[in-house]
Amino acid sequence: MKTLFDKIWDAHVVTTVKDGPTQLYIDRHLCHEVTSPQAFSGLRARGLNVFRPEQTLLTADHNIPTTGQDKPIQDEVSRFQVDTLAKNAREFGLTYYGLRNSRNGIVHVIGPENGFTQPGMTIVCGDSHTSTHGAFGAIAFGIGTSEVEMVLSSQCVLQTRPKTMRVNFRGTLQQGVSAKDMALYMIWQLTTGGATGYFVEYAGEAIRNLTMEQRMTLCNLSIEMGARGGLIAPDETTYDYLREREFAPKGERWDKAMAYWKTLKSDDDAVFDKEVTFDASQIKPMITYGTNPGMGMPIDGSIPELSDIDEAGKISFEKSLKYMGFEPGQKLAGKPIDYVFLGSCTNGRIEDFRLFTQYVKGKKKAGNVTAWLVPGSWQVRRQIEAEGLDKILEEAGFELRQPGCSACLAMNDDKVPAGKYAVSTSNRNFEGRQGPGARTILASPLVAAAAAVSGKITAP
Amino acid sequence: MDTLKDMEKFKTLTSTYVPLPIENVDTDQIIPARFLKATTREGFGDNLFADWRYEKSGEPKTDFVLNNPTYSGEILVAGKNFGSGSSREHAAWAIAGYGFKVVVSSFFADIFRNNALNNGLLPVIVSEAFLTGLFENPPHATLTVNLEEQFIRNNENGKTESFDINPYKKECLLKGLDDIDFLLSNRDKIEEYEKSRPFVY
Ligand code: SF4
Repeated sequence: MKTLFDKIWDAHVVTTVKDGPTQLYIDRHLCHEVTSPQAFSGLRARGLNVFRPEQTLLTADHNIPTTGQDKPIQDEVSRFQVDTLAKNAREFGLTYYGLRNSRNGIVHVIGPENGFTQPGMTIVCGDSHTSTHGAFGAIAFGIGTSEVEMVLSSQCVLQTRPKTMRVNFRGTLQQGVSAKDMALYMIWQLTTGGATGYFVEYAGEAIRNLTMEQRMTLCNLSIEMGARGGLIAPDETTYDYLREREFAPKGERWDKAMAYWKTLKSDDDAVFDKEVTFDASQIKPMITYGTNPGMGMPIDGSIPELSDIDEAGKISFEKSLKYMGFEPGQKLAGKPIDYVFLGSCTNGRIEDFRLFTQYVKGKKKAGNVTAWLVPGSWQVRRQIEAEGLDKILEEAGFELRQPGCSACLAMNDDKVPAGKYAVSTSNRNFEGRQGPGARTILASPLVAAAAAVSGKITAP
Repeated sequence: MDTLKDMEKFKTLTSTYVPLPIENVDTDQIIPARFLKATTREGFGDNLFADWRYEKSGEPKTDFVLNNPTYSGEILVAGKNFGSGSSREHAAWAIAGYGFKVVVSSFFADIFRNNALNNGLLPVIVSEAFLTGLFENPPHATLTVNLEEQFIRNNENGKTESFDINPYKKECLLKGLDDIDFLLSNRDKIEEYEKSRPFVY
């Protein structure tokens, strides 16, 4: 009577501190340039090596330009941060997919596409969207830099066991509705703090029908409702995706792995601390109107009235609408926008580009829109080219950029100017997230495509 | 040195506090991403709440509480769901670097709470009613936070609440101890575990 989460967690307990947290063994660790330098300095200060170097993989993604990657990074501070990562990789003997490496890309895109991410594992990274990897039936969660140092030095972290929650999606999705809409719908219903303290398992018919890319999108956004992470039991879809990938087990080892992976599901009589059920067929394409991912609504809906908001939340609600330049009760369909961002670890995979391209094929980009199309990795970009999607995009007036986190957190030059509206497939619409004063409307790749060709918020 | 070794021991603190009655303060507000390019832990306090605190020109915004000389102290009191968003520990470094030792709210995001504790910054969870009381206090009111006995007191009206903290973390804070020391002392157990892992294929 164990949940999937219990099974994986229990298999990774090294010891439990009396009255304290669990010492959890970590199978896979991903690292990027922004949250790791202080951890490596910590190792140096203590005179330590990396305990299990083959279990850590490094990439540069957060702070890199998305054009001219063949030239040295212009911004001196960014260059130093990326160089520091390369130096740390060298000195500590770690695998590093740096700029100009054919496997470089966003940390949560390259883990899965290289088969580094596998079912039944514990996976961490100094980035909250590590929850993405849960799509494979792994316990994957974001950690802070002190914890990065713990993993580097001991391959363990200290964690309090979270509670478990199951989110069931019954029924079938409507045409034109994707995992991004499911996620925005769920966070809208449960709020941004609704799953704090929980680890979520997604289940139900609509989940089983999702592709791996879509499952990753959904698990990716678990953190936006406060969850420690989200996971989905592995099935044929998972195995088909993984087979033959670089780090995936091969031959006899694959068969052994499969035998184990097939045990990875919640028992029929497993009890969750909390359980909610949604009807997938009721979900419409979603957008956000505010400054947290829980402030969502169907694309044809209207912003709540002030009287709908509880007393304690009023200040934040009004502040948020003021920042966005919206009024309570306003409808957003038809509203002109300025930028479109397709990319990030939420929606920067091949399927997202296929969806976007399908929609814009034979149409033209609206003149008032600046569009940034940023593949999640070089492998994604090469796949786009192999399928000829780049040609279609070009004909429609779009240009493909080079991979990286880009406007998702706007640490590089891809910043939306103050006051401008951006329809973004990324994960956060926080104040200033896409640049100081930038106004973000989160949406699916399809809604982004419709906005890019119509120049306004439009149902696809 | 760049490790937690210089983490101060924490026992009890009485201080005025800075009120920030906003809900869902996320890590992008605490420390915007463009300040994450540093490779050390120092200097983040200067950019704490940068976009709320400074004009584009770099001038302090007079209507933001950190720029209001009426409010100061080593305690930050914030609205519900503080620290949601990214896992960046820089948020905790910025708050600690600014000089806060305690953050009070009625609800914290998980990762932020962990990060705070790993940096000797004490997150104290209070009830909504207690929090509202703090926002209604006149300026210069003080709070007492006693970690050893796990209580917080609004010295303006004497209202006291006990707060929860994991006993292990409490011990770490009281003694100025660090998780890495603990893990390193456990390496033989880790190696033993590796040998017995159920699914090495
Ligand atoms: S794309 Fe955005 S959310 Fe994903 S890893 Fe990069 S910065 Fe983090």
